[in-house]
Amino acid sequence: MKQSRRNFIKKAATAATGILATGILSPFNAVIFATEKPTDPTKVWWGYGIDIEKCIGCGRCADACKSENNVPREPFYFRNWVEQYTIKNNGEVKVESPNGGINGFVQTVPEEDIFKSFFVPKMCNHCHKSPCVQVCPVGATYDSPDGVVLVDETYCIGCRYCVQACPYGCRYIHPEKNVVDKCTLCYHRISKGKTTACTEVCPTNARILGDLNDKEGALVQFMKEHNCLILKPHLNTGNKLYYNGLNQEVR
Amino acid sequence: MPPQLKTLIPLFAVFITLFLVARYFLVPDSFGEQGHYRFNSVAENKERVLNYAGKEACAECHDDKAEELGSDVHANLSCETCHGPGLAHYDNPEASNINIPRERTHCGLCHSFNSTRKELIAQIDLTDHNVENKCIECHNPHMPWEIKE
Amino acid sequence: MEQHYQHLYEMLTQVHGYIYPNEIDLQWSLLIVLYPYITGLVAGAFILASLERVFNVKVLKPTYHLALLTALSFLLVATLLLVSHLGHPFRAYEIMTTPHGGSAMAIFGFVYLWYLMVVLLLEIWFDYRRDIVLWSRQSKGLKKWIYKILTLGVTDLSPKTLKWDDKLGYIITIIGIPSAFILHGYVGFIFGSVKANPWWSTVLMPVIFLFSAMVSGIALVMFIYMAVSYLRKQKINMLALDTIAQYLFYILVLDFTLEGLDQIHRIYEAEESFEILSLLVHGKLFITLFIFQMFLGTLIPLISLGTLQLYKPKEKTRRFIYLASSLLVLFGVFFMRWNVVIGGQLFSKSFHGFTDYKIFLVGSEGLLMSILWIIIPFFILAFLLWLLPPWKRIDQKNSVV
Repeated sequence: MKQSRRNFIKKAATAATGILATGILSPFNAVIFATEKPTDPTKVWWGYGIDIEKCIGCGRCADACKSENNVPREPFYFRNWVEQYTIKNNGEVKVESPNGGINGFVQTVPEEDIFKSFFVPKMCNHCHKSPCVQVCPVGATYDSPDGVVLVDETYCIGCRYCVQACPYGCRYIHPEKNVVDKCTLCYHRISKGKTTACTEVCPTNARILGDLNDKEGALVQFMKEHNCLILKPHLNTGNKLYYNGLNQEVR
Repeated sequence: MPPQLKTLIPLFAVFITLFLVARYFLVPDSFGEQGHYRFNSVAENKERVLNYAGKEACAECHDDKAEELGSDVHANLSCETCHGPGLAHYDNPEASNINIPRERTHCGLCHSFNSTRKELIAQIDLTDHNVENKCIECHNPHMPWEIKE
Repeated sequence: MEQHYQHLYEMLTQVHGYIYPNEIDLQWSLLIVLYPYITGLVAGAFILASLERVFNVKVLKPTYHLALLTALSFLLVATLLLVSHLGHPFRAYEIMTTPHGGSAMAIFGFVYLWYLMVVLLLEIWFDYRRDIVLWSRQSKGLKKWIYKILTLGVTDLSPKTLKWDDKLGYIITIIGIPSAFILHGYVGFIFGSVKANPWWSTVLMPVIFLFSAMVSGIALVMFIYMAVSYLRKQKINMLALDTIAQYLFYILVLDFTLEGLDQIHRIYEAEESFEILSLLVHGKLFITLFIFQMFLGTLIPLISLGTLQLYKPKEKTRRFIYLASSLLVLFGVFFMRWNVVIGGQLFSKSFHGFTDYKIFLVGSEGLLMSILWIIIPFFILAFLLWLLPPWKRIDQKNSVV
């Protein structure tokens, strides 16, 4: 009896020490997210805003993006495109994006059937908890220190996992380079103090490039003045593309 | 130790060493500096060719057009909204000419009648209004309400 | 390139409803359907072999070596499928040199290498070493040299060393079972963890993949055992075959239950994606899901094998049922992979429309190429059976087991 009690105490003491020891380890930070919010609020952290209430569906943004970034002109590769949503009186939702909106839109639903309609420009959301960055097997796509999700063309192996993982359909495989391509927020322009091509040409000021760390800046003011929503918030991707006037039918 | 392990363990050690050596040569420079990616790629992404010049650039030479534009309803537009990328022309005006859109369909991109546009912009039915002529024959694109006769 | 665009323009006319403009072309096609199918066969065949070794199911002994060699043949081909589908196949080594910890796909390089080298090759080596040494002494010419190299210089055949062969082989098999689970389970996780795609994103995905893998692996071994016995004009050990069929039945029941649970859960919860997925299943996937996968690939084998548990007809009938069932199961599991991979890309993430998938006949991702990839393992197996024939093994009566 004495021996078994001693054994029990020995085992219990070992177990207790073990558990105590694990207490000093910091909780396992699974680093599932590709990156967290930049800890330096003095550095720029890029975001984007789109005002659906101002968009007229001219398609100049989609066209300028292809010109600026040498995207193939065929209607299968878009870094940036515009959708026309028409909600009919019977509740049916019709969505169109002929050639991404580059050649403009035609009204296809007769006036009397329309309950509501609007244009929704789409582009990469530059998520800061991006699922596309998370799934890249080799580290060919990443979130830059200033918050832009970029692709390393020389390193991408073309496995297409990121294209599957993006909930917003922003990525495509470049037909000639055979690597993935997507909106880079015109990184080559914004790093030189210029604005993105799509923002440059928008005729109605529906597009706003901005610094989310600049509380007085245009983007943060836009978010303050309007009720801004993001696409598919339930997926928790940390997207930084804020829409004013986003309708609940938009995916 | 059994002879199998005496052979296998060194064999595997050799494989692993060879792999580590190969890895040393194969992993590119700057990989892992700021995260699991090749950090030099950030700079490479900054070095791409620009094609759009920006509105201020155009005004440097075409200040007359800029002034016209600013006086009428198209004041908010960037020159390149209609004319397309202009950096090549800016860098070398003689060698590279910018695009000048003249067709009705171009104006229609914004102004063709579409119920989705609501009251946001002035719209016209292009199948009805003055179909024989180009828009710019009457409307100066830089001062659209200055109707030419 | 022109031909590629031509194909895409045709696809544009096949679009139903609205898809995001970038979604017109499927990213993962036939090759990616084949990869989980083949690793599934490998994992399933291996687990069947392990049953004999670890759980001492002696009745399966005739199929043990066949199962191992089958697993190896298919595993060697599996990587080639993936690499040939990449946009830049020559950069494939990056998965080994800089694997990204957060990506399920990055696991591929190391798990595959581990499983191939440490588990499969070592297990086969430990099991065959004695015979390889003896064959190296008996053979002539090139074959002699091949055997000599395969001995890795360990030619000691003393009883103590042979006992080590057995012990080490046993340890490897034990490690091998979870390794086989990871080898195939991670593929299920690759799909199951994509929150952007509601057809793929489910907790059950790795489990379903594993169980259907086991089913396909067992069916494959069953088929190959019957085929090889027929070709060699050998009598089939009916006890072994009956037992394999029994295992096939039990795992098939589990697999059917899990897949059924996944669908019932989806139908019951009917969350946002339900409408578009419902259209998918009743439309583009109707034939491949209901008829090929469920009816032909699962229900008919379940009923026929189940009946055999209650009533045992004569040997010839049983053999026919086993042959038919194993082929139907293999057929059905292929379409299960098809329905997951292709099905998940046919509907738009906007939930507003569908694109289409047309298989090419030729080309690196075409039908002919895929058929070739499936046939090649059988050639490799034939070679392995010539090199390491399980039936010509030197009498082991004198060795200590």
